[in-house]
Amino acid sequence: MAMAALRREGRRMAAPLITPHPINPLRSSLASSDREHTLLGVRSISTQVVRNRMKSVRNIQKITKAMKMVAASKLRAIQTKAENSRGLWQPFTALLGDTPSVDVKKNVIVTISSDKGLCGGINSTSVKISRGLHKLNAGPEKECKYVILGEKAKAQLVRDSKKDIELAFTELQKNPLNYTQVAVLADDILKNVEYDALRIVFNKFQSVVAFVPTTSTVLSPEVVEREAEAGGKLGELDSYEIEGGETKSEVLQNLTEFQFSCVMFNAMLENACSEQGARMSAMDSSSRNAGDMLDRLTLTYNRTRQASITTELIEIISGASALEG
Amino acid sequence: MLRQGPRFLLSRASAASMGWRRQFATDLPAETAGDSKFVEAWKKVIPNIDPPKTPSAYMAPRPPNPSTIPSKLTVNLVLPYSSILSGKEVDMVIVPATTGHMGVLPGHVATIAELKPGILSVHEGNDVSKYFLSGGFAFVHANSVADIIAIEATPVDQIDPNLVQKGLAEFQQKLNSASTDVEKAEAQIGVDVHSALNAALTG
Repeated sequence: MAMAALRREGRRMAAPLITPHPINPLRSSLASSDREHTLLGVRSISTQVVRNRMKSVRNIQKITKAMKMVAASKLRAIQTKAENSRGLWQPFTALLGDTPSVDVKKNVIVTISSDKGLCGGINSTSVKISRGLHKLNAGPEKECKYVILGEKAKAQLVRDSKKDIELAFTELQKNPLNYTQVAVLADDILKNVEYDALRIVFNKFQSVVAFVPTTSTVLSPEVVEREAEAGGKLGELDSYEIEGGETKSEVLQNLTEFQFSCVMFNAMLENACSEQGARMSAMDSSSRNAGDMLDRLTLTYNRTRQASITTELIEIISGASALEG
Repeated sequence: MLRQGPRFLLSRASAASMGWRRQFATDLPAETAGDSKFVEAWKKVIPNIDPPKTPSAYMAPRPPNPSTIPSKLTVNLVLPYSSILSGKEVDMVIVPATTGHMGVLPGHVATIAELKPGILSVHEGNDVSKYFLSGGFAFVHANSVADIIAIEATPVDQIDPNLVQKGLAEFQQKLNSASTDVEKAEAQIGVDVHSALNAALTG
């Protein structure tokens, strides 16, 4: 009967203890349960409950600390690769300019995200930006499709834009990222999707605590020619002589495909770095929170323990004085 | 109880990291004129979220077209894995375009060249460094900046002649026994690359 009461008490106390609010509800619920236990004739059992909670919080702290170390080592490995690949997209931007505000009929938004969770808010940011771009490029004759890389963005975008998702790729990071894999992936996307402009959304790695959402635009060869005739940033493109290939359009086609694979390679590396960095900070604050929680639980535990000792002493002394007097 | 624990800790964690991502205004590079159109269009439709940055924000602007022909050519050789040369001032480069080897001097007309596997030689004064490129693109801009983007580039002295001969024989054999178009194309590419390597070593 006492054990049943304890179990009931334990379940009732679980909810108030894990809220992010300070300790007052904790103390009051524990104190009340303590009093009820002594009424039922069972002593110092609520310390057991607190001790269990402390054990689980300590385990969580250890796990999150280990995850932080793992993320830190993975970050170190991939950061050099990402920084080396930063020179890869610059010649293309120098030649073709940066045209995020281009107005085309068929937009394809390539969202890069991670497969695993516990990495802070970077995936939600990418999805928010992708949705924003979709809204920006929606119009009467225009269409906007998604190509999703990574499980997390797929889970979020499937909820409201399921009909707009053209392709989805997952499990891209099973093997370390290399250019060949990305080239094959880019080829796959270009073959299966009709596009006038590809907008790649990813998180650029600025530092371990700073990730900037970025979008790169790759235009199809027809749009490049159209913009070159229209003037503006691409207006100088006509002044370039084309060497190689049979026709100018063939070379421009190859150029577009090459540009897409290069930009994708850099984007995937940067996003992977951002993921590891975000995971490091998320796990770091988790272990710090767990430490804080553990401190508060220790105080509660000591208080409960002392209260039960005092209660025992009082009983003994009152019993003894009853015998005497 | 154990289930709720991580969720509570994580909501605190993500809230904390959201606050950490605020940057100082001086750290981010300035916006260029073309981006401002995008930023304005974004702000009109989606006022609550900051617009994403675009690649031109991360790039140093290129030098403008000079009125006289400069004396040196600035070369950038980039691979997916590293930038071998970045901003190096040289006298001449010879790139292996599909239409043949092309020499690029300062003041060369602006060109977009598709590259085939072959040797890139960089001439600076009396030094010549040769790299075997696997193919890619070369852009020569009107301001005497040459960008060469390749997938692989190895210095010629790091190539092993025996492996080249073996590879050539193997791919020629594959070409002869190829049945489908895809196999033929792959074998042909292998033969081309290995014969270019051979020519690079001998020539």
